[in-house]
Amino acid sequence: MTTVNLGLPAVPPRGFGNISATEPFPKAAHRELGNAQLRANLGHATHTIRDKRLRVVSELPDWEALRDAGSAIKTDAMSRLPELLVQFEEQFTARGGTVHWARDAAEANAIVERLVRATGSQDVVKVKSMATQEIGLNEYLEERGISAFETDLAELIVQLGHDKPSHILVPAIHKNRTEIRDIFLQEMPDVDPELTDEPRRLAMAARAHLRKKFLSAKVAISGANFGIAETGTLGVVESEGNGRMCLTLPETLITVMGIEKVLPRAQDLEVFMQLLPRSSTGERMNPYTSLWTGATSGDGPQNVHVVLLDNGRTRALADRHGRSALHCIRCSACMNVCPVYERTGGHAYGSTYPGPIGAILSPLLTGVEAEENSSLPYASSLCGACFDACPVKINIPEILVYLRGEDVEAKHGRGRAAGEAGGASDLKGNGRRRSLPTQMDVALGAASWALSSGDRLGLLEKGLPVARALAGRDGKISRLPGLAAGWTQSRDVPAPPSESFRSWWKKRATGGAPGEGDGARRGGAPGGGAAPGEGDGARRGGAE
Amino acid sequence: MSAREEILARVREALGDDSQPVTQSVAPSGPQGRAEGAPVAPSGPQGRAEGAPVAPSGPRGRAEGAPVAPSGLQGAASPTAGAGERGYRTASGLDEDALVELLVDRLVDYKARVEVVGPDALAGAIRTRLEGKRFVVPEGLPSEWLDPSLAGVTVTDSREAPIGVERLDELDGVVTSSAVSIAETGTIILDGSPDQGRRAISLVPDHHVCVVPVETIVGIVPEGFARLDTTRPLTLISGPSATSDIELERVEGVHGPRTLDVIIVR
Ligand code: SF4
Repeated sequence: MTTVNLGLPAVPPRGFGNISATEPFPKAAHRELGNAQLRANLGHATHTIRDKRLRVVSELPDWEALRDAGSAIKTDAMSRLPELLVQFEEQFTARGGTVHWARDAAEANAIVERLVRATGSQDVVKVKSMATQEIGLNEYLEERGISAFETDLAELIVQLGHDKPSHILVPAIHKNRTEIRDIFLQEMPDVDPELTDEPRRLAMAARAHLRKKFLSAKVAISGANFGIAETGTLGVVESEGNGRMCLTLPETLITVMGIEKVLPRAQDLEVFMQLLPRSSTGERMNPYTSLWTGATSGDGPQNVHVVLLDNGRTRALADRHGRSALHCIRCSACMNVCPVYERTGGHAYGSTYPGPIGAILSPLLTGVEAEENSSLPYASSLCGACFDACPVKINIPEILVYLRGEDVEAKHGRGRAAGEAGGASDLKGNGRRRSLPTQMDVALGAASWALSSGDRLGLLEKGLPVARALAGRDGKISRLPGLAAGWTQSRDVPAPPSESFRSWWKKRATGGAPGEGDGARRGGAPGGGAAPGEGDGARRGGAE
Repeated sequence: MSAREEILARVREALGDDSQPVTQSVAPSGPQGRAEGAPVAPSGPQGRAEGAPVAPSGPRGRAEGAPVAPSGLQGAASPTAGAGERGYRTASGLDEDALVELLVDRLVDYKARVEVVGPDALAGAIRTRLEGKRFVVPEGLPSEWLDPSLAGVTVTDSREAPIGVERLDELDGVVTSSAVSIAETGTIILDGSPDQGRRAISLVPDHHVCVVPVETIVGIVPEGFARLDTTRPLTLISGPSATSDIELERVEGVHGPRTLDVIIVR
């Protein structure tokens, strides 16, 4: 519907919806960093889940084999996606369901709206779902007079608090019990005014609040954790039973599922039902999982739909380097181990998908050249913890580095050339607008000039004492100008040594040291007899 | 072009000739299909009532010539090499005592209440659990499980004559059987057979008394799924409803039944 048919575009269209940051990550992160409450909540939460996860993962002797199998199944599924999607459609349809296809968020929302209207109902109950979050379904329906009630406790807290989720597993992780109580007191009609902030009382208030809705709802909307091509089966993994309520009691069930969620065989469930609960909540198994295949006569919804959603997924799929980001099963393990996420929280990422996976998935869905998401690949320390934690072995750091490269290409490729040619320039003869080189471009250009020859480097090293003079009495540089200023705002840079390694080496070599041929032997005892004077780190640190 | 055609075309285009991604760190090894030594899927009938699909007759029963369990019902459909490689455990090798002990341990961990009884004590155990309550049972629940004294407080539900949701909400509890239980994860699976009933009856009442026949217990997840027909409506239950959404403090019982009683019969 948003696409004009002029044949197939070379690059599939980008995804839309809540997958674009509303402001650059550094800016948002900076603000969120100032929130001490958030940091405390997050630190506690991520560490708790992390420890639980490690415990239950270490129970399984075949964890690595399961990860390998999960990764292999996903790789296979992606490579056969057209065939699997068609098979899924056949099977789901054969068992009484209806399949819809949506090119993007707008189309998916419109399909859901149409299906809801056809039931005559103005209210729908919702199971927590990343796909509907991604397409902004609640807001879309709200604007058109259809109320969508989130029924997962955390989603309910976020919805009542007019807030946004900040974690894909525990969306209200940034709220503490007192804040939650205040939200309930303010937003829940008929709530007990004496409500305390005890978690059990809060959970029971939510139970009472939603009970009537569950029992009277005619339409439910869900996502799906898996879609099985072999049988046309859909699955939802949850804890509270709100999912079961929505998936079982209403007459109409509409499921929005990303096309990448399809798995070839029913047997594959035995892998993912081990990987997912242990990786996400750190449980051996989540309390409830529901699997349904079309409609079952006399049991559960009789009017069953699934909307197969692209919204940028084919774009990510077309990217051979980034494709494996689509293997993600949304367990959230990567965000729980990420030092950047732990400090900034999920809101800083802007997108529905926060944390390490969000930092690659969002730009892959929208294209990294989409201005809003271009800073996301930099939201990482590249420590690799996310890769280690990921149950389907997505090499997030590698994709981050690749996307950074793409971003530099997209933004500064031409700008850098201009910079090298003599600084700022705007419009060149070829008529293409050249952007001004950024400081990073200049720095990288300078580095490549310096590093390209030993003489140049030697010349630069002569400047070391100057840099040293910049440092304070403690031997640290706490303020640097320009691009580096951002860096030094929150950390100090140690002053450079007063003498470079190269110059020390030269002196040492001419001072009667053995010839160059036996560098290996000498390398074995660096701190030995002829130890350098001022270059020595220990002395430097404490001498001033 | 319809959305369907266009998306499929985009996917094909995206995959091009190179269906293998560049960033792929996996080198799975291990035997294709299930381990040969996998234990034979369920031994006997489970005291089920009519027509319940008792494995091994056809868990994923759609393939016409589907091989009999345990050889790997899915093996036949197994596509290209690389996808079906499974180096993980497919059998636990635990004996019945160990299975029961492990399942009990896991259920207790979830705060379910567990009891192991002999067949003769089952009706008594169920009655004790539901003392003073009004409850629903699925039509196919073996009649000998229910003490005659409960006749007045029992409501029977079936697909043909379903009880309305509001009425279910007024009942205190439900008794069902179960299709498969997985010891290692403490998971009980209902598959909608006549002795387990419609999904709504094990969901709306606040107290679920679930009977686990010992022969339906398996060790690990792959053994459990091998016994199931995925096209039936399946509910996997691992402990009563719980949430950890408020400061990660676990609270049992939010929307699903707040009390789960498991009675293992051996
Ligand atoms: S990228 Fe991996 S670890 Fe992160 S949410 Fe997805 S599956 Fe989980």
